[in-house]
Parts: sequence; structure tokens; C-alpha cells
Amino acid sequence: MNFIEFVGRNRAVILSSLAQHIYLVCISVFAGILVSIPAGILLSRHKKAAEKILAVVGIVQTIPGLVMLGIALLLFGVGNTPALVVLSVYSILPILRNTYTGLTEVQLGLIEAGYGIGMTSSQLLFKVQLPLALPSIISGIRISTVYIVSWAALAALIGAGGLGDLIWTGLSTYNTNFILAGAIPSAILAFLFSGLIGAVQRLATPRGLREVKHDE
Amino acid sequence: MITFQNVSKSYGRKLVLDNLSFEIKEGQFVILIGPSGCGKTTTLKMINRLVKPDSGEIYINGINIMEQNPVELRRGIGYVIQQIGLFPNMTVEQNISVVPKLLKYPKERWQSIVRELLEMVNMPYEEYAHKYPSELSGGQQQRIGVLRALAASPPIVLMDEPFGALDPITRDALQEEVKKLQKKLKKTIVFVTHDMEEALRLADTIVFMDNGRILQMASPEEMLRNPASDIIKEFMGRHINSRGPAELYVEDVMRTRVLKVPKTLKVLECLDRMDRWEVNSVIVLNEDDTYAGTVQLEAIQEHGKVGHEIGELVSQDTPTVSRQCKAQEVLDQLLDSPYKYLVVLNDDRTVAGLITRTSLTKAIGEALWGAKS
Ligand SMILES: Nc1ncnc2c1ncn2[C@@H]1O[C@H](COP(=O)(O)OP(=O)(O)OP(=O)(O)O)[C@@H](O)[C@H]1O
Ligand SMILES: [Mg+2]
Repeated sequence: MNFIEFVGRNRAVILSSLAQHIYLVCISVFAGILVSIPAGILLSRHKKAAEKILAVVGIVQTIPGLVMLGIALLLFGVGNTPALVVLSVYSILPILRNTYTGLTEVQLGLIEAGYGIGMTSSQLLFKVQLPLALPSIISGIRISTVYIVSWAALAALIGAGGLGDLIWTGLSTYNTNFILAGAIPSAILAFLFSGLIGAVQRLATPRGLREVKHDE
Repeated sequence: MITFQNVSKSYGRKLVLDNLSFEIKEGQFVILIGPSGCGKTTTLKMINRLVKPDSGEIYINGINIMEQNPVELRRGIGYVIQQIGLFPNMTVEQNISVVPKLLKYPKERWQSIVRELLEMVNMPYEEYAHKYPSELSGGQQQRIGVLRALAASPPIVLMDEPFGALDPITRDALQEEVKKLQKKLKKTIVFVTHDMEEALRLADTIVFMDNGRILQMASPEEMLRNPASDIIKEFMGRHINSRGPAELYVEDVMRTRVLKVPKTLKVLECLDRMDRWEVNSVIVLNEDDTYAGTVQLEAIQEHGKVGHEIGELVSQDTPTVSRQCKAQEVLDQLLDSPYKYLVVLNDDRTVAGLITRTSLTKAIGEALWGAKS
């Protein structure tokens, strides 16, 4: 049976795995965004603590995925929940770091100008700092997403499904078709997500910055 | 209008402002000037509470600014920062209208303000309102920076070297504009620069700072005429002599590097010094440093006795003038007299310097045709 035939026959399984995979990625990146952007804003206002906290988060990031999954399994049992928790945790760091750098890289002069003409700190944040940091934040989201697309393959190990299911099945039965049917869509997925978010990033870059920064 | 009372500020162990007290009157164009790091920006930022004094008080219209809400205070004070500080994510229109919007002006109102202001600096609304700062030249950005500060018509505007990074021609033009705007809109402007030419051109009052203190606060004319210290003189450089010859004073044209000797100096020693200085006359001082008279080389050659003091040979024939005399008046005196120089005295009869025919001619030449530099 060649690969094309295999795909044709297992279309339903592959599509549902793909859907589950996308679901895992979207939910966990979304959760990551919800946590990291406010956290990044907070960190940007406490620069001294920030470096340390970022270092700690960085260390968490290096805990092997399998270990994390194991812990999550113990805490939440089998299924979507532990997978989503672990993936969300992994998605935090890139977004957090980029939010933080994006905000702290806003020129001091602009912040001073903002305060100097009578903005409150939240006005300054929403009118100046966040718009200027947005490209950097979105690029963090992009990195996270691409990352999570591949991490999500591990989620199958604790019964969360997704394209990982196909890959692990293939690996345990020495069936290349299964492996390919899992690997190829996840590669394409990573590619598409990356392109999509890249496009969003370009749109979200304030026009006034585009001319200066990327003279394409 | 703006009053500083004994304001001090330190960063770490460095005293940046040292017990500053001064007052700025309503409608004045006041310029803070001085060498880099002397505390100009710090002083300016205290007015809108971007920097908090360690001690002392600042009042605006009699109200202590520390008792005001900082955000409200700042909305009533225009501010142009040292590096322009236009928001790159906002268009020209959005930048100019930031403060009016914060103050909740209705849309028609802030739009007409933007239009008016852009017109005032000859940047047509249609062409520029929707451009971003990165699409403007440096001079245009500076203009917008100034307009943003003016948009909500604050009675006070603070400007920190707004034209620092501009070429001289654009700077000239913007200085003109700002001066016109200030006259027209009757603002109180506090303006920081380290360019004396700019200060002389714009200021009603110049505040000269050094090391966190005010060395002199005076009108440009007064500062030109009576710079309170050497460093101010240095800052004025060629401007001191760039007035017409009719406005030159003795102190502007005198030489200050002259040979002065105490009365008690021995004749031989004195001859030796005159030789080294290559001069043929010397100014002699009393014990209290006041002027005693002069001694010419011929007098020493004719009457000098080895071992005697030079004081015995002093003559009072050389005319003396006060440093505040008009140069014009001493010109005739110098040309008519048989002496080749006049001695310039301070009010306390100590010696300020002397005027020679050469030094006077040179100063008049500079006044007429500009300095050679
Ligand atoms: N936030 C700060 N922390 C520490 N030191 C500071 C700070 N701001 C200013 N200083 C110091 O205070 C002194 C006065 O600074 P200020 O900015 O007022 O100088 P300035 O007169 O405006 O100089 P320039 O002409 O270079 O702009 C300088 O020695 C500067 O290094
Ligand atoms: Mg400064």
C-alpha cells in the first residue's frame, strides 16, 4: 500500500487527528498569550525582578517534555487537560520574553514624552508602549506556535490525541505511512501558522514603524 | 509665575542642583544655558514633576506643584523633550492631538486645532496630517514636536534643546517661528540650550547655570555687557565683541594679561621680569593690590639703583580709566596722550588691565568687521 492510498483510506482519522492537533495548539497558545502578555507588562515595570523571573521561566522551559507530561499526568490524569496545561506552560516563555523586550525597548524618550505631556501610565501603555511592542509580541507568538505544533505531538502519549497519535502508532508498529501521515501535516501546519502569523505581524506593525525598520 | 525656592537635587552622591532659587515671570521667554551636565534638563523636568526635588519648593501661580495632581499639572504645561519624542506609531495629526484628546476635546475642536497649528508652521494639513514622523525631515519633526506642546494652549511651555540636532538654516527658521509663536500666543517659555547664539536671539531672560547653580540671571544685553564670570564670557565668545563699536566698553577691549609688580620689588628683579615679558613698562601695586602707578624702562635706566625698591620710581602720569567707560571716549584720550596705553581700574582701584592702541584698534576692527575666527 503506498502512501497516497493510505491517506485515502485513513482520511477520516488523519483529519480528526489534525483537527485535534490544531485544537491543542490554538488553546494552549491562546492560554499562553493570556498569561504572558499581562505578565510581560508587569515584568517591564519591575525590571530588577524581571531578569530573575525570566531566568526561572527559562529553566522550567528546559525540563524535558516527557517529564512535564509525566507530572501533568499525575496531577490531572489522562486526556486533554494535562496536555493543554503542559503545552500552555511551554508556550509562555517566548511570548513573555518578547513582550518584555518589546516593551522595554520602547525608547526612554518616548516614555518621558508621554508622561511629560500628561499621559497616565495606562494611557501610555495602550497608546504608545503596546502598539510599539506589538510586532515583537506577535513574533513571540509566532515562535511559540511553531514550537507548540511540534510539542503537541508528544501529547498523544497521555491520551490527548492529535497528529502525535499517528506518529507514535507508526513508530511502535514500524509503519512508515503512519509516521508520514502524522509528520507531514504537522510540518505543513507549522509552516502555515508561521506564515499566517507573519502576515498578521506585518499588518499590526504601525505604519510609522514599517518604513524605518523593514525597508523591504 | 514659576518660582523655585531653595531647590536641591542629588543623584547618588552627586549634587546636581544646589539650592536653586529663581523666579520666572508670566509671558517671559527664559533660557537655561550652561555647560553639559550643569543641571538644565533636571531643572526643567522639575517644573512638570518628571523629577522630584530632594528639598525645596516649586510654585506655579502660587500653588506648590507637589500638591497638584501630576497628570493634570502636566496637561497644563507643554513639553518638548531633548530628542523630539514624537510617537512613531502615530500620524502627525494624532501626535499633535494627543493632549487635546486626553483632555477630552470634541473631535471638531482638536481637528481644527491641528489644522491651525500646521498652517502656522507652513505645513499644509492635507499634505502632512496623515504622515508618520518617520516620513518627515528632522526640521519638520521638530516643528511637530513644538506643535504637540502647544496644542492644548498651555500657558507654560518647556523646551529642552528642541533644535539641537538641526542644521543652522533650519534652526534659524525654527527659532524665528518659535519666537513669533511665543509673542503671538503670549506663552511663558522655559527653553534649554547650550548655544549662546540661540539664547541671545530668543531670550528675554537668560539663566546661566554651572554645576547646579545659577551663575547669572539677566537679560541678554546685560549678560553681554556684564558677564558675571569667566565661564559665561567664554560661552559668549565672539558675541561679546560682535556689537557695534559704539557699544563697546573699556572692559571689552582691554588686555587683561599684563605685568604687575609689588612696590617692594627690587629694581633688578623688576628689570628681569620686564625682560621676560618683553615689555618696557610695568604696573606697580600697593600692598593692598590697589594701583600705585607705572614705571617706564627709561626711568629705571636713568634713576634705578641696584638694591632699591621699584616703588621709588613710580610715576602717576599714565592716565587711568574705569572699566565701565565707553571705548569711544577713551579712544581720543589714547590718541592724544603721549602714553602708549591707559590703565584700566576696577571700582576698588585694583588693576583690571590696560588698553593699548593695538588692543583698541583690534577690538574696533572686530566690532566693525566681525571676529577673525
Ligand atoms: N537619572 C539620573 N541618574 C543619575 N544621574 C543623573 C540622572 N539624570 C541626570 N543625572 C546627572 O545629573 C547631572 C545634570 O544632568 P542634566 O541632564 O540636568 O544636565 P544638562 O544640563 O541638561 O546637560 P546637557 O546639556 O548635556 O543636556 C549630570 O551630571 C547627569 O549625569
Ligand atoms: Mg539636558
